[in-house]
Amino acid sequence: MIRATHELHERRKGRNLGLGILLLAFVGIVFGMTIVKIGNGEDVLGTGMVSGEVSQ
Amino acid sequence: MSDTSLHSVPRSAEPELKDYFALLKPRVMSLVVFTALVGLLVAPVPVHPFIMFTSVLFIAIGGGASGALNMWWDADIDRVMRRTAKRPIPAGKVTEGEALGLGVALSGLSVMMLALSANLLAAGLLAFTIFFYVVIYTMWLKRWTPQNIVIGGAAGAFPPMIGWAVATGGISVESVLMFALIFIWTPPHFWALALFMKSDYDDAGVPMLTVTHGHDATRRHILAYTVLLAACSLSLAATSIGGPVYLVAALVLNFRFLVGAWKIWKRSTPQAEADAYGEEKRFFKLSLWYLFLHFSALLADATLRALGVFGGWA
Repeated sequence: MIRATHELHERRKGRNLGLGILLLAFVGIVFGMTIVKIGNGEDVLGTGMVSGEVSQ
Repeated sequence: MSDTSLHSVPRSAEPELKDYFALLKPRVMSLVVFTALVGLLVAPVPVHPFIMFTSVLFIAIGGGASGALNMWWDADIDRVMRRTAKRPIPAGKVTEGEALGLGVALSGLSVMMLALSANLLAAGLLAFTIFFYVVIYTMWLKRWTPQNIVIGGAAGAFPPMIGWAVATGGISVESVLMFALIFIWTPPHFWALALFMKSDYDDAGVPMLTVTHGHDATRRHILAYTVLLAACSLSLAATSIGGPVYLVAALVLNFRFLVGAWKIWKRSTPQAEADAYGEEKRFFKLSLWYLFLHFSALLADATLRALGVFGGWA
């Protein structure tokens, strides 16, 4: 029989929730780093261009 | 060694997130965070607060990853020593394979992210630190030579140097001296601990100086390293990151540390046993304050410079 919520899901709920929060925090950190680096005019993409320049 | 088929302990219950966190040695991580942050803050190049936060975070994760790899490799001796028997692997909460996986994954992640957050030099130093702690210290030196603590101490000494590299992108006399301060501080700190935790290292077969050369030789070594440490600490006062607060702190702390080392050197094992290693315990406790106050003083002088109260020795 297939159950929507397996017993394992209940048992690992706290762990999965914690991991989800950590992954979200990681995404937030990468996003924040990108914003700061672009704001500082760094060449984050390695294209040789910095913010403010427009490619031809 | 870590042959899982021979040494694995059955898991007692479903591991929680905090059990995995414990693999990262949170207490060691707090020292890594503190010293890396000071190395970063005393550097003459300002860093954006968010980049500062992320860089220190990834340095801490790298330190934690090497802690997990250390626990994976040392699971067999951790089971024998009282001090380490409650760690997640010997306690049966986390398997050795999980510790290895977590350690490797976080090592790669932390180095890669520090390269993105700061620069390649800082990331390279972090990678070398992890390699040094796991391969050179844990796998090779720890069970082979009584000088394990001396050389292994380098791993714990890198964080302020990495912090400095995050800010400046380079290595300088200041960062090398901050490294040297922790590097030379580590042996007397651990040998004092080994003097009063003797049986633990004996049982685990770890060749601590106390086991291989005896207590008297260890006492001599503590004094010699403390003298060397005082010289290193005072020379840091003369660099661009030294200042009046650091100078006063270094003079007071080194005087007290030297007196402690001298007293330890003058004692014999029966004398130490008579007062339950009171002097050694006091010295160990002082060693914790010694390092914390040195780095706090550096931070205080950096604050004075930022406020324009003190403009430097020159």
